[in-house]
Amino acid sequence: MMEQCMEWMKGAQSAKSDIRLPKIGDPAPTFEAETTQGKIKLEDYKGSWLVLFSHPADFTPVCTTEFMAFADIYKELQKRGVELLGLSIDSVQSHIAWIRNIQEKMGVKVPFPIIADLNKEIAMKYGMIHEGQSKTATVRCVFIIDPNQVVRAMIYYPLTTGRNMAEILRLIDALQTTDKNGVATPANWKPGDKVIVPPPNTMEMAEERLKQGYECKDWYFCMKKL
Amino acid sequence: MACVSPDGKPTESGAKMLRSLKAGAKLPENVAEDTGLPLFRVRSGLRELAQAGYANSKGDKYEISPKGVELLAKL
Repeated sequence: MMEQCMEWMKGAQSAKSDIRLPKIGDPAPTFEAETTQGKIKLEDYKGSWLVLFSHPADFTPVCTTEFMAFADIYKELQKRGVELLGLSIDSVQSHIAWIRNIQEKMGVKVPFPIIADLNKEIAMKYGMIHEGQSKTATVRCVFIIDPNQVVRAMIYYPLTTGRNMAEILRLIDALQTTDKNGVATPANWKPGDKVIVPPPNTMEMAEERLKQGYECKDWYFCMKKL
Repeated sequence: MACVSPDGKPTESGAKMLRSLKAGAKLPENVAEDTGLPLFRVRSGLRELAQAGYANSKGDKYEISPKGVELLAKL
């Protein structure tokens, strides 16, 4: 009896340790998944930005509004070289029935694939199940993965709160601006606003910084227009 | 499969990819340009076509197989 109990505890600990949370800067966990557009591997997205997002369940109202909103920004994402990939712990047939329903009832075509993660393998790899919210459904996660397949940003929303598409676009714009120009972006930044010049690392650079025509509040806090 | 239906016929996107390969071995990037399909779909689709025997992978490129040519002729 004692041995059985120990085995059960080991199993429970192992299941708990399977729930991992990738960190910003980590390589995105690899996967091969059944989707509404066939079997897709993470590596199929090499060279593109990818927004991998999870939703709690098909045929639920908040998720339906989100899918309509994601479909609405799909063209904007494509302009930025970004692909979208949804995920929930539902079957491919459930996903198909749901996106057909969204098209029939709401007039919105969902153009991106959705992963059927019935065995929760990918949800576990990406830490998408938050047991305080639900043991069986994924919370509303957004993983922004760059063309080198590195996790660049993550957003988590609870089951009750639909995501903000403008913020997802803004975050992608900010990451791409940082990559292209070697700058940072201030609070509430949006494309066209001034960006932050990275702080100097030496006294010499700090002195020079003040003569370089940037708009400086102080030696460590300089901004410029792109 | 996304590119080959359970009845063995290629889907619209599968047929597009096979037609693109008729001109010779191509990289997935070139097939994506020819077909207008997103690159991720082309990569996964070509892999499926190869698994089904309708295409062969040749290094980084894919070429249509005799079975693929036969299939296209029936469409």
